[in-house]
Amino acid sequence: MPTLSMLLVVSAALFCIGLLAALSRRHAIFILIGIEMMLAAANLNFIAFWRFAPQPAPPTGVMVAIFAIAIAAAEAAVGLAMVIAVYRHFRTTNVDQLDQLKG
Amino acid sequence: MSTVAFAGIAILTLAAALAAATLQKLMHAALSFAVMFVGISAFFFFLGAEFVGLVQIFVYIGAVAVLIVFTILLTRHDVGKVRGFNWSGVFVAVAVFGGLVWTISKTKSLSIVPQQIKPVTVQRIGELLMTNYVWPLQCVGVLLTAALIGALILVMEEKS
Amino acid sequence: MNSWITSNVWLIPAAPILAALLILAFGKAARRAAAPFAVIGQLTALTMSIFAFVPTLHSHGFRSVQNFTWFTFGEQTLRIGFVLDPLAAAMLIMIALVGLCIFVFSIGYMAEDKNFSRFFAYLSFFSGAMLGVVIANSLLLLFVFWELVGLASYLLIGFWIERPSAAAAAKKAFITTRIGDMGFFLGILWLYHRSGTLLFYDGGRGCLESVGLLALGASATFIALLIFCGAAGKSGQFPLHVWLPDAMEGPTPVSALIHAATMVAAGVFLVARVYPIFLVGAINGVTPSLTVVVWIGVATGLMAALIAVAQFDIKRILAYSTVSQLGLMMVSLGVGGVAAGIMHLLAHGFFKALLFLGAGSVIHGCHHEQDIRKMGGLRRLMPVTFSTYAIGMMALSGVPFFFSGGWTKEEILHATSQWPRSHIPYYLMLVGVFLTALYMTRQIIFVFFGNRRAASEHVHESPGVMTIPLIVLAVCAILFSVVLTPAWPWLENYLTGYPARFDPHLLIQPMIIVSLALVGAGVSLGIWMYRRAAGSDPIQQAQPALFRFLENKMWIDEIYDRTVIALAAIAARFSDWMDRYVWDGLVRGVGAIGHFLARLTTGADERVINAGVDEGTVGAHGFGRLMSRRHSGQIQTYLGAIALGMLALVLLYAWLG
Repeated sequence: MPTLSMLLVVSAALFCIGLLAALSRRHAIFILIGIEMMLAAANLNFIAFWRFAPQPAPPTGVMVAIFAIAIAAAEAAVGLAMVIAVYRHFRTTNVDQLDQLKG
Repeated sequence: MSTVAFAGIAILTLAAALAAATLQKLMHAALSFAVMFVGISAFFFFLGAEFVGLVQIFVYIGAVAVLIVFTILLTRHDVGKVRGFNWSGVFVAVAVFGGLVWTISKTKSLSIVPQQIKPVTVQRIGELLMTNYVWPLQCVGVLLTAALIGALILVMEEKS
Repeated sequence: MNSWITSNVWLIPAAPILAALLILAFGKAARRAAAPFAVIGQLTALTMSIFAFVPTLHSHGFRSVQNFTWFTFGEQTLRIGFVLDPLAAAMLIMIALVGLCIFVFSIGYMAEDKNFSRFFAYLSFFSGAMLGVVIANSLLLLFVFWELVGLASYLLIGFWIERPSAAAAAKKAFITTRIGDMGFFLGILWLYHRSGTLLFYDGGRGCLESVGLLALGASATFIALLIFCGAAGKSGQFPLHVWLPDAMEGPTPVSALIHAATMVAAGVFLVARVYPIFLVGAINGVTPSLTVVVWIGVATGLMAALIAVAQFDIKRILAYSTVSQLGLMMVSLGVGGVAAGIMHLLAHGFFKALLFLGAGSVIHGCHHEQDIRKMGGLRRLMPVTFSTYAIGMMALSGVPFFFSGGWTKEEILHATSQWPRSHIPYYLMLVGVFLTALYMTRQIIFVFFGNRRAASEHVHESPGVMTIPLIVLAVCAILFSVVLTPAWPWLENYLTGYPARFDPHLLIQPMIIVSLALVGAGVSLGIWMYRRAAGSDPIQQAQPALFRFLENKMWIDEIYDRTVIALAAIAARFSDWMDRYVWDGLVRGVGAIGHFLARLTTGADERVINAGVDEGTVGAHGFGRLMSRRHSGQIQTYLGAIALGMLALVLLYAWLG
């Protein structure tokens, strides 16, 4: 049987791969993919902590994960819509060229 | 959950995630992204949260992955051109990973094995959603509506 | 070997499906390899089907079941499985063998098509899905394969996608069968609700075994009727038969596969498979649900046979004859002759595939002309096609003694005459048999006899790759009758689970006289009426109104247009109106209230709050200018900073804890 820490290491790895995608890729969609990965890693942690808690535990982890999935879906929809809107406006999805907020 | 199954799913998930993060072609990355969510759903199934696993598959593979593919197709004139890789991101990611692993290994209370649990039925989840979690449920409903309308407004053709 | 295949029976549908995936994976590059892949996949399935057939011979009433858990959902466990019994084994061999002949034929027929490899991938997929339907031991698994069959038929009917009529026919087939499937799915849900299992056989606890059937109670009638909805959709029973003749838009091998081995057979097979549900609460073998099956079958059989008399498209005649034969099978199932119905299904599989491939050969020879009025005199020019076609025609008409269709048709007529409730179906079926002989004679005279007409110029016999499957199927259509005769009813006993005994006295039965008289009357009337009909129809000249009524398929499509589709259009227009004026008005009203409230608050905002904020902004501006130097506008830089901040927090936690 794997221990809780093994699961946590897996989810930490997933989180960092998501971070890598969000930090390193130039294409805006990759940033969204990375964020979705990080959210999935967090969900994995919720479920893992619930499963390894002293039993019987109330299914709080499960409920939070369900809500997190719903919110992540909303985030993905808005994020992708923004990618399309930005692309229409600037004719690019390269985040390096999107620096209108520069101080 | 046997260790072999755990290792298999972990390797599948992480490999798919790495592919999704690094593949050059966007469409391939989006497909690996979907595969990664199959792996995560498998984790959920093995951890006894079947409902969450199913919801994950429906929402991510059924909806989000499809949305991503649509977005890729809608912005495809740009796909070939946006390349390049920011190496400083790799250092940050590796540093965060090192820090997290070090912290996990240092925390002794985490090396525990799971106990037997009673399965969480869909009925129980439904009851909880309608009682203890009814306010969050309503808020998520409002949030989803707002996101839907917002996304629609964002992609509407600009009248110039 | 035998026990190995009975416990791995899932490999049989897996072989063609694997072939389909391989062909699709290689894409356009696999043009040359596509046909060998498909044929090898089908050949593997056929070989394994024969191996699976052998153990079912050893003991009567053999049944081997493998169930396994698909997944656990909370406290519910969903189980699926595979079953091998005489019904499944016989169907497997028929599907694999007929499928193989059609595959080989297609190599010749589709040789010049640009999407050659895609066609073979779909064909393999179609055949694999149908093999899966046959061996499923769970109504849910059966439904999955059932829908895959529907999908494959959609892809194949619309294979020539550039033709609008093909695309429309594919859509029509898909939507019409979907209407039936909706009922089927409701039936599945209801069945699961009552019995708690969807497995057919499960060591006494399945839904077709005593415990499960007992749990159904009075709702069994409704469940059976809902399941029959699905069967009626797939098997083209009235009133859902409209898609089947239109499905002729697909390539001819596809028509052969749909009409003989796969699609339409699925519905009849489904009724036979869940027959115990139809039988719940039977008095003397009659239940309300089976009575419905009988009357629907009778209506379908008679109506289609009448329409077939007035068609001019060589494939459409065959299509309506399929609809009529399916009606016959349903009647047989309804009156209690399950074995007879399945035997007719198997025999029909052989000779209808033969007829369709023969029609394909004719069409191929006539350069894609399908109107029988323009053919004629092909007897000399296409001798192999003609002789095999004649065998198929005699088997379909039900000529007794030598042709498989004759025996099974008699079995069905015999079973129908014994039905305790009414004799009307029996007499109507006799009319149907007569009409079948008539329209098949008409078709064969138009196509193969008489003088050569417009399309008969430059006709050539088809190549060997197309004629050899025809010969194989013709031999099957004849030899198959050996196991069907009442003197040695081996197949019937095999299906019902009794040992067969040879009794030559049973060879001559009263039913044979009736049958012989009817077929003889039909054929001779046909010859008398059509022998001098050079390119025009005598009925059309004598009774133009009646002929037009039949030629236009009794205007059923038009009736649907005026009723069902018009109703849907009205509903859509009403919803549109509601949306435009009622709901929109409500939303506008709410918006106006909000607008008014906003006006009120603006005043307070401008005079009271703004003044204080203005003061604060001056200070913030200076600080902001200081901070803005740090901002590159690059989102990834911000994200990296956030990540480093998180790392610092984690390390702080680890250091403290």
